[in-house]
Amino acid sequence: MKFVQKAMVAAAFATAALSVSAQEQFFPVLSYRVGPYAAGGSGFFGGVIDYLSLINAQGGINGVKMVWEECETEYNATRGVECYERLKKVRGGATMVEPLSTGIAYGLLDRVAQDKIPMTTLGYGRSDAADGRVFPFVFPLITSYWNQAAGMMKYLGDKEGGLDKLKGKKIVHLYHDSAYGKEPFAVFEAYAKQYGFELVKLAVPHPGNEQQSQWLQIRQAKPDYVILWGWGVMNATALKTAQRNGYPSEKILGVWWAGSEEDVIPAGSAAKGYTTMTFNTPGNYPLLDEIKKKVYAAGKGNLEDKSRIGSTYHMRGVTAAILWVEAVRKAQEKHGKGKVMTSEQVRWGFENLNVDEARLKALGALGMMPPVKTTCLDHEGSGAVKVQRWDGKAWKAVTPNWVVGDKAMIRKMQEESAAKYAAEKKITPRDCSKEG
Amino acid sequence: MQFFLEVLLGGLLSGVMYALVALGYVLIYKASGVFNFAQGAMVFFAALTTAGLVDAGLSLWLAAPLTMVAMVALGLLTEKIVLRPLVAQHEITLFMATIGLTFFVEGLAQAIWGANVRSLDLGIEDVPLEWLLENANIAISQFDLVASGIAAALVTMLAIFFSKTKIGRALRAVADDHQAALSIGIPLQHIWGIVWGVAGFVALVAGLLWGSRNGVQFALTFVALKALPVLILGGFTSVPGAIVGGLIIGASEKLAEVYLGPLVGGGIEGWFPYVLALLFLLVRPEGLFGEKIIRRI
Repeated sequence: MKFVQKAMVAAAFATAALSVSAQEQFFPVLSYRVGPYAAGGSGFFGGVIDYLSLINAQGGINGVKMVWEECETEYNATRGVECYERLKKVRGGATMVEPLSTGIAYGLLDRVAQDKIPMTTLGYGRSDAADGRVFPFVFPLITSYWNQAAGMMKYLGDKEGGLDKLKGKKIVHLYHDSAYGKEPFAVFEAYAKQYGFELVKLAVPHPGNEQQSQWLQIRQAKPDYVILWGWGVMNATALKTAQRNGYPSEKILGVWWAGSEEDVIPAGSAAKGYTTMTFNTPGNYPLLDEIKKKVYAAGKGNLEDKSRIGSTYHMRGVTAAILWVEAVRKAQEKHGKGKVMTSEQVRWGFENLNVDEARLKALGALGMMPPVKTTCLDHEGSGAVKVQRWDGKAWKAVTPNWVVGDKAMIRKMQEESAAKYAAEKKITPRDCSKEG
Repeated sequence: MQFFLEVLLGGLLSGVMYALVALGYVLIYKASGVFNFAQGAMVFFAALTTAGLVDAGLSLWLAAPLTMVAMVALGLLTEKIVLRPLVAQHEITLFMATIGLTFFVEGLAQAIWGANVRSLDLGIEDVPLEWLLENANIAISQFDLVASGIAAALVTMLAIFFSKTKIGRALRAVADDHQAALSIGIPLQHIWGIVWGVAGFVALVAGLLWGSRNGVQFALTFVALKALPVLILGGFTSVPGAIVGGLIIGASEKLAEVYLGPLVGGGIEGWFPYVLALLFLLVRPEGLFGEKIIRRI
């Protein structure tokens, strides 16, 4: 009899557990916390998990709790794909995926379309994926590399008193010798042709821990500006080698993957005065205070070192998670509040995001990121950037307002490139007028 | 001409930095016949430990000796746990063991000190020498000159150690033949312990200089890859060969990048040293200063 009672109690608990798990929205977290890029990975994914924990502390999204499972990719494309395959069907299925790695994102490009799981590539990946007609499941949210490159040109032009004043100037593009480093070629070449400046392209072989020959060439070329399109150790080495060769850090403008604390701290004094692009405005926000109060004070914070809260990578992680949660929220508005959303419903949410200033204010993140409004045609949603300067201790915003380059030109390039991709892959682009 | 000279000098000074890492390989190979794949990981471990201790509030003068103790302990443990059970095994077995050791040491370093990147200030300014810049318009870093001086001192010390001391001669005997060395009473474990300790010291020096130059981060382990062509050129068993090989590799990769690179789209210094080393292998497989192997057939 006792056995029957125990079995009934166990069955009741199991039913309760099942009903609880039915109210869970699952996120696979393809993180990297060991290996060469662990410093950035731990900050970014720490930020993601901190925000999801905050949402849970606030009661979830209309009662639906956020759950996640981490899988270590070590920034390795093969492992990343393995992690995706392992987690895509766990706990009712993956809501979406964000690998924070161009290599992994490329590995998943066809798979997410086949599995109908949305993939965000926040500030990296294919710029032409902004064309949602060809890439319905990919979202290079906020700003793609091409719009960032256009923003760089706008900023340098403004510094000189207008883009036309760039005529006769010399700009060096010092890039990581990979698809990532070559991504902005087309944009810089278009601007160089239009505004009459000389573009000098210098490649740095991976990993970039020795750059004497490149900086000697820069010293000889005497450029007006150097654009640093680096990654990992290449960034600190560039700043140190620039100092070693007497090139001023104030004339170096970095890509946002060269604009974190992890990029400048190893360079020490050589980084002081260096500027980079960013899609977050550095500083403190009510949302970060809320994370400290409700997540860290409860012992649920993800970062071991609390001083990293609000650091560049942590803030990027929080930003990414804001957009994930907003996509789920948007999907719930259409498909039923308080329900667990499928990946296809969340894809619709990503495609109909409208995180405007009022919403950002309500979240306690006004100014932290640009407003994002996506459509079937535009999976990027913003195209705005800011410029920040390292003062030796912290990043400070240089541009008070968001900087936007020639968006029309970039959109044309994105559409042309996406059409070429569609032809190669035999994809029939969606008709956005028929999308609900 | 001034630019050529600048590229050449810059390359030679970079080569000295590669040679510092190559020295660690030479030491262990010379004394034990083991190609220690984990040397790059040891450089990373040493730099991260020193930077971690400095960040914890210790002065550099205290942190560096403490790291030295840790490096010797790591070396002794490696000898005891990894190599001793493999005495008289084939060279490839020992090599594979050091590959495993690489991943262990890399993981251990990050487990102890975390994944954060750190800076390491040795108090040597990494700026161009003003006098040279003003008078010859050549930018040579003060830091690189100091590093060269340290490398020269290290090579001299090691060369004397190997050729003039009793332990040095015993090390060479062990390298020639483990079994024969044991049979004449040379304590193999003791000798291996010493050589791993010395290699730990060399890794510490290389780690401090590279860590100060580029920051202390995981990518320090990649520096070891640049030491491989240096070893092929200089010879796996020659301490001065490591320096000469480093100078040749450093100078040739910089000259190739600047003068040949633009013809093929740039970014060639990553693979150029390997091509040079491969060509060199065809002509002189034992390297410039390596011991020539003569086999009777």
